Amino acid sequence: MLSARRPILLANARIVDPSRQLDFLGDLLIADGVIREAKRGIGAAGVPEATEIIDCRDRIVAPGLVDMRTFVGEPGAEYRETLASASQAAAAGGVTTIICQPDTTPPIDDPAIVDYVLRRARDTAIVHVHPMAALTKGLEGVEMTEIGLLKAAGAVAFTNAAKSVTNAQVMRRALTYARDFDALIVHHTEDPDLVGEGVMNEGEFAARLGLIGVPRAAETVMLERDMRLVDLAQARYHAASVTCASSLDVLRRARESGLAVSASASINHVTLNEVDVGAYRTFLKMAPPLRGEDDRHALVEALASGLLDVIMSDHNPQDVETKRLPFAEAAAGAIGLETMLAAGLRLVHSGELALVRLLHAMSTRPAELLGLPGGTLRAGAVADVIVIDPDAPWVLDPGNLKSRCKNTPFDEARLSGRVLRTIVAGRTVFEFA
Amino acid sequence: MTIAQKSPFVLSQRHLLGIEGLSAAEIVGLLDLAEEFVELNRRVEKKRASLRGRTQINLFFESSTRTQSSFELAGKRLGADVMNMAVGVSAMRKGETLIDTAMTLNAMHPDILVVRHHASGAVELLARKVDGAVINAGDGAHEHPTQALLDALTIRRNLGRIEGLIVTICGDIVHSRVARSNIILLNALGARVRVVAPSTLLPPGIERFGVEVFRDMREGLADADIVMMLRLQRERMNGSFVPSTQEYFHYFGLDTHKLSYAKKGALVMHPGPMNRGVEIDSAVADGARSLIREQVEMGVAVRMAVLEALSRNLPNA
Repeated sequence: MLSARRPILLANARIVDPSRQLDFLGDLLIADGVIREAKRGIGAAGVPEATEIIDCRDRIVAPGLVDMRTFVGEPGAEYRETLASASQAAAAGGVTTIICQPDTTPPIDDPAIVDYVLRRARDTAIVHVHPMAALTKGLEGVEMTEIGLLKAAGAVAFTNAAKSVTNAQVMRRALTYARDFDALIVHHTEDPDLVGEGVMNEGEFAARLGLIGVPRAAETVMLERDMRLVDLAQARYHAASVTCASSLDVLRRARESGLAVSASASINHVTLNEVDVGAYRTFLKMAPPLRGEDDRHALVEALASGLLDVIMSDHNPQDVETKRLPFAEAAAGAIGLETMLAAGLRLVHSGELALVRLLHAMSTRPAELLGLPGGTLRAGAVADVIVIDPDAPWVLDPGNLKSRCKNTPFDEARLSGRVLRTIVAGRTVFEFA
Repeated sequence: MTIAQKSPFVLSQRHLLGIEGLSAAEIVGLLDLAEEFVELNRRVEKKRASLRGRTQINLFFESSTRTQSSFELAGKRLGADVMNMAVGVSAMRKGETLIDTAMTLNAMHPDILVVRHHASGAVELLARKVDGAVINAGDGAHEHPTQALLDALTIRRNLGRIEGLIVTICGDIVHSRVARSNIILLNALGARVRVVAPSTLLPPGIERFGVEVFRDMREGLADADIVMMLRLQRERMNGSFVPSTQEYFHYFGLDTHKLSYAKKGALVMHPGPMNRGVEIDSAVADGARSLIREQVEMGVAVRMAVLEALSRNLPNA
């Protein structure tokens, strides 16, 4: 699978570098794990000996994707996903860096566990893996973790994963403390009391299905609270998964008042809506839930304007046994690493979002927020690069997915555009056969 | 020895409730007076008679070993009749209010009340209700004036001055009355005061206290003449204000490595009691540059000076 680290020339490609808003025809040369240069007409003559020359006519060459929210089951739930299987899925989806979440067993709330994850990833994963650490001990929302030591150990951000910190005092102190270490706090914004027993978006559709809804306010109430606390603490804050237009209003006001806030939306929330739940399809049960079409549309507009920073996979492998249940009882979450780019290209094909914006939100921006290399095709940058056929039509067959779990909302979906090659630090780790 | 005659120094107020409100001249006057008691305390015969006939009550609503015994010894050496009342274990338990306790004690005609209370402002409240002189031995997170005075005396005796020195106060500033009193006093005498702590242990608004604020020991200690460590209470160590003792010590605990950021020969202070391995390493606490034991010695002298000075304002003196 892994090829030797010969220099690689990606020739005659459409080179899209969202870090510099560049989109041009040319060649990209990779050697010694870094991007040497990207320009028109390097050609076969201008490359080192033994360079592997790959013709990329009609292909897009872009930075590898940086996925800001990937749930991996290691340690503790290896049957759902291991770092190895997640990295295989990532490579197949053009994701060259995954940010794994701390809600493992045990949770990643101790520097020794950060170290464990990094070592396991180094030994078993074929893409870069960086853990987010727990913001509170045991993810219990009561006591802050060792933010300084965890960051020094390699945690790239701090989060309570899929849970909100409901105690505002705990959140305030954690934000205040985190600021001293310039640590990014990534917060899931759902008020658990307002979510209550809700399982999908509150509204007519949920009412017709006889399901309890989750109001949009569950998200905006928590997000509004957080903005006040961020204002007090002046910390760097990232909303982990926003889903509705009203949250965008909150973010806009916070940005306008100068707060260092940013936000992600999942690939599911920018490409699907509540109607896709259809006849109780549990693979489309998400937390927070898929919202209305107006919300989806607002999210895409916010991506286009730059108000919304990041699209993440929200990759959440769920076993068949936790999904083959009545909707209300089924686990929430969907896998997404392998499909995020193809699903995102739907927005490009439909004219809703420019390709460079899509790639910016999936690579450049998350890398910037997390202080990671990658997300750029600048000379000297780490050679995390993907080759995409933007138009190749295909139908998703879950049997071909690399992820250990097959809970994809794009089951049997028609998609246009796929990843042909994924290069991590100059080494080809995936090639579409 | 006729100390009182050599120092005709008096305070402009009946009580000592804080450093706030003292003039620089009064602070220096108290330190000068204390110097004389340092000499006295090193003799075999330590007794004075300036408080003979006076009654001093040490009223501690919050337990304390060193401050209370220091005040007790100071009063006794000046000839006062000293009574210790640990209120935490008596009246307050029975529901008596602070004012009730004050009025009860006042009826016994004490000349001097030394009061410690866990609530900021409680000592001042009590002072308004009694006839004698009140000394604040620490009220909540507000002031601890005799600690600041003894710290200043310790610094002055070691470095010969206070003006122009860089004094860095490290640790739990937000909950510390020692920090507040020291910041006021050191500023009044012309020192450059810095504070270093994680933001969770800094009170919002601290930058308006006339201090330079740092969140990093290396920066905060650079060129410091004096490093003053503060105690971190146990209940604040495990995730509420700081994540853990391990992380706190790693970033804010004073060890020989961090002390090397300070000026060569910088001196180390701590008001006690210390948490070794939390805010200070034993090698530093017990090292040649530690003034911690000398601070205890200065405590008695400073408290004698305060008692002496206040007694001069008492009626029929």
